Amino acid sequence: MKALVTVMPKTSVLDPQGAAAAEAMRHHGLENAGRVRIGKVIEIDLPEGADEALLHEIARDLLSNPVIEDYELKVIQP
Amino acid sequence: MKFAVLRFPGSNCDQDCVHALNAIPGASADYVWHKDTSLAGFDAVVVPGGFSYGDYLRCGAIARFSPIMKAVQEFAASGAPVIGICNGFQILCESGLLPGALVRNRGLHFVCEHVSLRVERDDALFTKATRTGQILNIPIAHGEGCYFADDETLAGLNAHGQVLLRYCDENGNVSDAANPNGSRENIAAIRNRAGNIFGLMPHPERACDPLLGSTDGLHIFQSILK
Repeated sequence: MKALVTVMPKTSVLDPQGAAAAEAMRHHGLENAGRVRIGKVIEIDLPEGADEALLHEIARDLLSNPVIEDYELKVIQP
Repeated sequence: MKFAVLRFPGSNCDQDCVHALNAIPGASADYVWHKDTSLAGFDAVVVPGGFSYGDYLRCGAIARFSPIMKAVQEFAASGAPVIGICNGFQILCESGLLPGALVRNRGLHFVCEHVSLRVERDDALFTKATRTGQILNIPIAHGEGCYFADDETLAGLNAHGQVLLRYCDENGNVSDAANPNGSRENIAAIRNRAGNIFGLMPHPERACDPLLGSTDGLHIFQSILK
């Protein structure tokens, strides 16, 4: 199985990287591009039956910082 | 007073801190490796700047789980002084020892320059050797120094007098133009409510010798000795 953790900056946090990318998209002709936010995806290979509660703890405490980010955990069975 | 200067893989201001502290009468400093688990014999801890663990995941996110940080948590809980400078400030925020977080600079650039800082209060452990309203000239060098805290946390910081330094212009005006990184309310340095944990983005250890253009950083270290 795999776990996919998506980490996104909270909407209340300034994301200058996203703003710069949005500007570049407008230059590429996507003139109506709205707000862009840039996060990250962490893919973890795991043996069957991994502890999902532990995965949530790791996603919350290590992979993201709840002060500035939200995470989403998806477990994918093969 | 004996300072422990922590060393993580990727710390790069540790030698500057030890050098600056050892030159101050009444202070001495020694390195403590991140895999150590004891701070016995030390009176204060400096978490220095740099790029611990290559800034992977987030600045300070991995250093926070180093073995020595458990000792730092206990040390801080005992009321002893802990200072986090730059990456050290980021590590203290990640650890939950200080509120808020440090995110990418508003302008995206790494900013490396001398800045003016206004002392917000001179009755704190870390600013006793200054006076309220004094303007300090200390350099910053960071890409992720934009201080962020939500409205409620920010109100708490202000209500409890936890903001010790704000970015200002050379006349002491705290303005958006004098904000080098987009920090909320120009915050450059905060302390915890108990008053013994201090985090700042500027580098006082780089302003302790006239050859470096400023000796204002000495005020910070001398405050702790006072």
